[in-house]
Amino acid sequence: MSETIKNFLYLNRRAPYGTIYAWESLEVVLIGAAFDQDVSLAFVDDGVFQLTKGQDTAGVGMKNFSPTYAALGDYEVKKIYIEKESLEERGLSLDDLQHLTWEDEDDDYAEKDSIHLVTRAEMAAIMDGADVVFSF
Amino acid sequence: MSTLHTVNKSPFEKTSLAACLDHLSAGAAVLLLEDGVYAALTQTSAEGQVKAALDSVKVYALGPDLQARGLSEERVIPGISVVDYAGFVDLAAEHDKVQAWL
Amino acid sequence: MPIEVDGKTFETDEEGYLSNINDWVPGVATVMSKEDDLELTDEHWDIINYLREYYEEYQIAPAVRVLTKAVGKKFGKDKGNSKYLYGLFPYGPAKQACRYAGLPKPTGCV
Repeated sequence: MSETIKNFLYLNRRAPYGTIYAWESLEVVLIGAAFDQDVSLAFVDDGVFQLTKGQDTAGVGMKNFSPTYAALGDYEVKKIYIEKESLEERGLSLDDLQHLTWEDEDDDYAEKDSIHLVTRAEMAAIMDGADVVFSF
Repeated sequence: MSTLHTVNKSPFEKTSLAACLDHLSAGAAVLLLEDGVYAALTQTSAEGQVKAALDSVKVYALGPDLQARGLSEERVIPGISVVDYAGFVDLAAEHDKVQAWL
Repeated sequence: MPIEVDGKTFETDEEGYLSNINDWVPGVATVMSKEDDLELTDEHWDIINYLREYYEEYQIAPAVRVLTKAVGKKFGKDKGNSKYLYGLFPYGPAKQACRYAGLPKPTGCV
């Protein structure tokens, strides 16, 4: 295991189901969570569609992996950044997305919000501050 | 010659929809499917071009693909008809050919 | 190799995981554990049932450390460690408990 904690940013820019990128990213995040690193997720462009509520894939014969995002808190992924402009360009608001939380063990398992709405300029700074960016 | 045009890419990521809408002839219809259904949503940056197309052609969206993506029919631009797989087959049969915009 | 439970045949993959999670009945766990010479106790069933609930909610099998933490919270701090889980499932909670529960092999488990 690495001595230095690095700040990893997973950059998600693709819609779910049309391509395999969204699911691949989620799997890599879950696998990577086994290593003690500082992990953040960014949802930009069509990536914001990954988190819409009420996904039901029964009609298209694909696995619905949207419930898996709610497990991210268990995997110590507590920082999820959503780009405001990307939502607006797609006619969406935070209310259209899942409400993701993590449990703070040091605060009597209090549920805390994982999702942070940020502007494009703020997202640029988050990207700039990451040691490693994984693009999907 | 009537053609059913299918678009399966997001209008925010690819120019497939714009290219399709720029090449429609009289009697054409457009079916949005897979990630193409995102173009059927209201209040998006792509809404204008779809609404303009509705003045001259019929536009359809595949219901199962909307549901998979958590998009309810209330969010779909008025004038776009939501169809199921059987409706897709009917559309393909009604037109002389199917042209896919990938 | 397929397994037989109460006269019914269940398909499995080459590593012995159930091919279709929805086929699962408790007898699957009983039959699989007998093949491993393991007697299932209430403590085993607590873990197996918890794994099934977790999969139902999140559509994935939890990683071992996620399972360990959750077991500690749900069944008591003294049980929230890998020693306890490996005591119950000597081949490992992922390889053994998930298999008994009919779940696919956990993501990241090699």
